[in-house]
Amino acid sequence: MTAINHPVDLLRFNTCGSVDDGKSTLIGRLLYDSKSLMEDQIEALERSADITGGGQINLANLTDGLRAEREQGITIDVAYRYFATPRRKFIIADTPGHVQYTRNMVTGASTANLSIILIDARQGVIEQSRRHAIIASLLRIPHLVVAINKMDLVDWSRERFLEIKDQFEEFLPRLDIKDVKFIPVSALNGDNIVTASPHTPWYPGPTLLGHLETVHIASDWNLTNFRFPVQWVNRPNNPTDHSLHDFRGLSGQISGGVVKVGQKIMVLPSGFTSTVKQIWTLDGPLEEAFSPQSLTLVLEHDLDISRGDVIVDAADLPGASNELQAKICWMAPRPLTAGRQFLLKHTTQTVKASVTAIEDRINISTFDKETDVAELAMNDLGEVRIKTAKPLVYDGYGTNRLTGSFILIEPGTNATVGAGMLLPPTEAASPEYKDFAI
Amino acid sequence: MKSYHLDHLDYLETEAIHIMREVASEFERPAILFSGGKDSICLLRLAEKAFRPSDIPMPFLNVATGHEFPELLEFRDRRAKELGAKLIVRTVDEALEKGLAVQAPGQISRNQLQIPVLLAAIEEFRFDACIGGARRDEEKARAKERFFSFRDSFGQWDPKNQRPEIWNLYNGRLNPGENMRVFPLSNWTEMDVWEYIKREKLEVPSIYFSHPRKCVRRHGQWQPYTELLPPKATEEVRDLIVRVRTIGDIISTGCVESPATTVDDIIAEIAAARVTERGSRADDKVSEAAMEDRKKAGYF
Repeated sequence: MTAINHPVDLLRFNTCGSVDDGKSTLIGRLLYDSKSLMEDQIEALERSADITGGGQINLANLTDGLRAEREQGITIDVAYRYFATPRRKFIIADTPGHVQYTRNMVTGASTANLSIILIDARQGVIEQSRRHAIIASLLRIPHLVVAINKMDLVDWSRERFLEIKDQFEEFLPRLDIKDVKFIPVSALNGDNIVTASPHTPWYPGPTLLGHLETVHIASDWNLTNFRFPVQWVNRPNNPTDHSLHDFRGLSGQISGGVVKVGQKIMVLPSGFTSTVKQIWTLDGPLEEAFSPQSLTLVLEHDLDISRGDVIVDAADLPGASNELQAKICWMAPRPLTAGRQFLLKHTTQTVKASVTAIEDRINISTFDKETDVAELAMNDLGEVRIKTAKPLVYDGYGTNRLTGSFILIEPGTNATVGAGMLLPPTEAASPEYKDFAI
Repeated sequence: MKSYHLDHLDYLETEAIHIMREVASEFERPAILFSGGKDSICLLRLAEKAFRPSDIPMPFLNVATGHEFPELLEFRDRRAKELGAKLIVRTVDEALEKGLAVQAPGQISRNQLQIPVLLAAIEEFRFDACIGGARRDEEKARAKERFFSFRDSFGQWDPKNQRPEIWNLYNGRLNPGENMRVFPLSNWTEMDVWEYIKREKLEVPSIYFSHPRKCVRRHGQWQPYTELLPPKATEEVRDLIVRVRTIGDIISTGCVESPATTVDDIIAEIAAARVTERGSRADDKVSEAAMEDRKKAGYF
């Protein structure tokens, strides 16, 4: 761990790969070589090396935390790791690669700035690699790193590296990924992870860590369209401070854009308008605030506002509809069929929803859309139509990851069964009360 | 052009505030687990940030082993009072008396015994969510923990059957008898906690800073001298200048020799540290899967 005396930013990334790609070894190597491990962790590694590893340190033991995983030798769930260098702090979501756990990959990737796809240099691009690239694209992860691993087993062949790069770039034009970096590595031996490899004089680029430290995180947050889903109405009961008797604040996290004192806002779906009187925080009032800050807004007018309402810039309205189209990742063993009812959680509200039609399923090997499908099975990705009991106030997922996403919850089991990304709205919100003006 | 960019502490703070407000909104009877330790001290500041100028809309709950450092208990009670919060304390001693918990023969540590006490308190007050200060960087099993950690009606954690957590959308729905553990500090590291304590100028119990203490050499570390577990003739006893890095009960907490008297000293010490925080907790060393086993049984 490194002492940090100046503000640093945070890069969140996830790793994907098949069971034997060496994903856990790669993370182990990043932690080990960046000196982010402590003596007791290294001791524990060495202890298990003596018992089970024939004396060879197994870096994968660092991340394969649960006993079931150690027994099966695979990673079964999302594990989070933390490390820091003087330049940045990092959160790693280590997500499993085998087919039946795609839901964990979606989970780990949903908050990531960057995704690392591992490819075994001997095998080249396989279905798993394509699936992960497609998920990264659907989830709009801004940056992708393709780490071509086990280069030592193909004699550090530049030709093999370029061949795999070509295979991967072949289907890139069909994806929504702007920034892709290819790096030849050997996670087991540490080549091009933290220190540059002597075996790749033909590779002029940065090491993996070098890239993670310097990649420009073009803001992951929408700073253009002000959106504030009301989370909690802040109204002190019997305050001892008399100035707070009439305090009525609206607490929440800005999920898009910037807000300023004096700004004209609209509350949706009601359509009431007002202006921002105060931006309240425990540390004192602010003149302006931005996504993803958490704060409490006080408006000029005392309006009827509750959790689930959305406060937006009066001059920049999102969409609103109770008929929606979305890409969905299905995460439950029981397949999704048209007609099923769910609870849909979107920003701070949960509404009843019914999936009215399954439009298509994405073939994850070819990225082709298969129409005329009756159901989406676990780990399928596809487009659906949804009808909700109340209109949602939303943006397209491509514009805003927070106001464009939802989860589906199965009534009864309460399981989270689907992750949805909304397509851009076709109509802008129109106030419920058109004649209402203050 | 202005930079609308959060540094890492601001990012972790807004994530945690969002989670606390979700709990206040989606649960009927939430509580905050407050031990007086450094992580739960951060939780209380985050609760202030989330809910002020209103009162913090949930009580504090502490499951005490009866083997706490006295400095910790004094601090716990005082802090709760300063914040105007209701503090509920349930102890292992009470539970032993009532037969809710049973001590295994030869078992001295009361860490395990906190489990039935916590579950009984949840039942007594019908808490549907307990907010705790656990962090994923503490331990391997915790690295797989969710922000909203679902527990069945026996309080058990099933690591293979966790709800996926996507974006900032947390599914807090429960059936009767089930409950949720919620960990707003999941993404914080030990360093983040101390940097936050520094930034927010938070008071912490005095035992985090170096002080003279009589210690006993046990299991390769210095532990506080206590009448609860008198030293054997073979165990070395010494007067040292020490501090604690993590607080468990008094018989399983290791003391580190340290000159750190300020939060800045502690931050410098952690930056240079070569063992993890939990390396000084004897309860986690029992087996490689010690934490996993306790969590499955209902530990926080």
